Amino acid sequence: MPHTTNTQGPLWEVFTQKKSGQPFTHAGSVHAFDKEMAIENARDLYTRRGEATGLWVVPAEAIVAVQPDEAAPFFDPSDDKIYRYPTFYEVPEGAKNI
Amino acid sequence: MNSDNRFEAFQQYIDSEEKIEPKDWMPDEYRLHNIRQISQHAHSEVIGMQPEGNWITRAPSLRAKKILLAKIQDEGGHGLYLYSAAETLGITRDELIEQLHSGKAKYSSVFNYPTLNWADIGAIGWLVDGAAVTNQLSLRRTSYGPYSRAMMRICNEESFHQRQGYEIMAKMATGTPEQHAMAQSAIDRWWWPALMMFGPHDNDSPRTSNGLRWKIKRAGNDELRQRFIDKTVPQAEVIGLKIPDPRLRWNEETQHYEIGPINWDEFHRVVRGEGPCNSQRMAHHKHWHAEGAWVREAAAAYAARHNTNPVRV
Amino acid sequence: MQNALFQYLLRLGDTNLILSHRLAELCSRGPFLEEDIALTNIALDHIGQAEALLKYASEVEGRSRTEDDLAYLRNETDFRNCLLVEQPNTDFAYVIVRQFFIDVWQGLLYNALKNSKDETLAAMATRFAKETAYHYRHSGSWMVRLGQGTDESRARLERAFRDLWHYTGELFETDATEEKLSAAGIVPTSDALYPEWIAQINRVAGEAGLRLPATDYMASGGRVGMHTEHLGHLLAEMQYLQRAYPGAKW
Repeated sequence: MPHTTNTQGPLWEVFTQKKSGQPFTHAGSVHAFDKEMAIENARDLYTRRGEATGLWVVPAEAIVAVQPDEAAPFFDPSDDKIYRYPTFYEVPEGAKNI
Repeated sequence: MNSDNRFEAFQQYIDSEEKIEPKDWMPDEYRLHNIRQISQHAHSEVIGMQPEGNWITRAPSLRAKKILLAKIQDEGGHGLYLYSAAETLGITRDELIEQLHSGKAKYSSVFNYPTLNWADIGAIGWLVDGAAVTNQLSLRRTSYGPYSRAMMRICNEESFHQRQGYEIMAKMATGTPEQHAMAQSAIDRWWWPALMMFGPHDNDSPRTSNGLRWKIKRAGNDELRQRFIDKTVPQAEVIGLKIPDPRLRWNEETQHYEIGPINWDEFHRVVRGEGPCNSQRMAHHKHWHAEGAWVREAAAAYAARHNTNPVRV
Repeated sequence: MQNALFQYLLRLGDTNLILSHRLAELCSRGPFLEEDIALTNIALDHIGQAEALLKYASEVEGRSRTEDDLAYLRNETDFRNCLLVEQPNTDFAYVIVRQFFIDVWQGLLYNALKNSKDETLAAMATRFAKETAYHYRHSGSWMVRLGQGTDESRARLERAFRDLWHYTGELFETDATEEKLSAAGIVPTSDALYPEWIAQINRVAGEAGLRLPATDYMASGGRVGMHTEHLGHLLAEMQYLQRAYPGAKW
């Protein structure tokens, strides 16, 4: 679909942190013309109900994503690496704290 | 994969209740159906700010004013969530607004009715938001990921809207005789338009079947309408308001309320543009969009020169 | 002393009340949806401040008038807001300039009131100061954007700045009411806020490319209920339901 003019400013992706120490998670997106406006708009849109203790905005175009048709080579090879998990290993009877 | 297989795989994916994400392959029809439905939903939120906005400056107490303003602000926010969801399908906000202004995109025709007294604010919250949320709760399970996530956020935020509307209605219905008359007038005028919000009967609704097959819609228009009627009629009784339908009756056998015929001529007329406020609502949106052009241009010009540094004052 | 405090609370409360009303008028009229939501957020902060201040005023007055009675049942000449906040939303530049003048002033005022000997007032000011710091960030950055945006935005900003300037003098008038409260350590005198206010205005105006108007004339009258023509219309609308249906509960 062709993109025509954009008079609404570029798109930004918004990440909020619910509690200090927790990871930032994607909350949604917002339009804004500059960084300051982006962080203000994100604040007004995604933290009105005390949902956040931290806030990030990132220009949507700066995000690099795995394309769906690349998903298999990206993610499937990790399926058979069960030796990455602790349950893979045998622990002798009676051993503790390991 | 040949194209038949693609369609088949897509349908299977949907049938297994997986969500479609923006970059996934999807049939053009699915994309367009979503753009149409999500943008109509977004425009409804935004145009819906106007009938309620009509009473902000006349809200009768500080508490009422705060609540109404916060609620209308939520509607604007919901419009934004939905515009963003639509944008993931490859259409810009400008194009969406252009489609609204040209009449290509629709919005819920319930917002083409006027708010004539303060109880109308109650009726909108109770009936219009009540109808909307019935639909939205079901749409949380829609198959398009961004739409589904927007609906979850919206449903969480909407939870106070219906309640505040009912509170206004209850206060007025049990207030002075004049207030009671306003409340009854409001339900008289909003009941049928609220029922029409669910759209035509499923048999007469051309797009329902595709929408259901692709799980964009999760329940039929009539089923949702019935759900709304069944929960709302008793609420009216509690506060002593009369539903303006002489044929309304409880069916013991089906355990549902039955209603009289809906005036679909009126519905189609208002959708066509011939409702009491269609031109007023559209003129308002166009006017303020045009009025804001110089501000948007200024912000864009400023950003073009200062893009690397945030504004610091 | 109680009457002086009552008068002072009305000034602050009414200023927030009328400003919040002007901002609320803009709902669904923003230049784009995000900014619409931003202005509403600011409006809600001011309504909240008005409500708290008028509630405290009603307690201080002790005549069992509620905050709603004060907001909805007083006449125009009983309102004590500054003239600046009743000026209409001529365009977005007026909205921003009006807000910016107020934000800088409220920022300084609330920071000073944090140290008030009146604990209720001090607690309120502590809360309000946080809200105001954000308002200032919003209006200040728009001042710079509009000033450095396009020729049109610059011209509109200049016009708004010039037209609203002569309503700023009133913010720094100090009268007997204030002096009495100030002597008791309850409030700062308004003139004490001026040097820092003008310094901040100068700094941001400079960044926005604005020059301060060369005029000595300053309008006055809000404190004694002599308002501009705009307030009467605003109140007629705002008070309509309460006036038309006396005694009804909403």
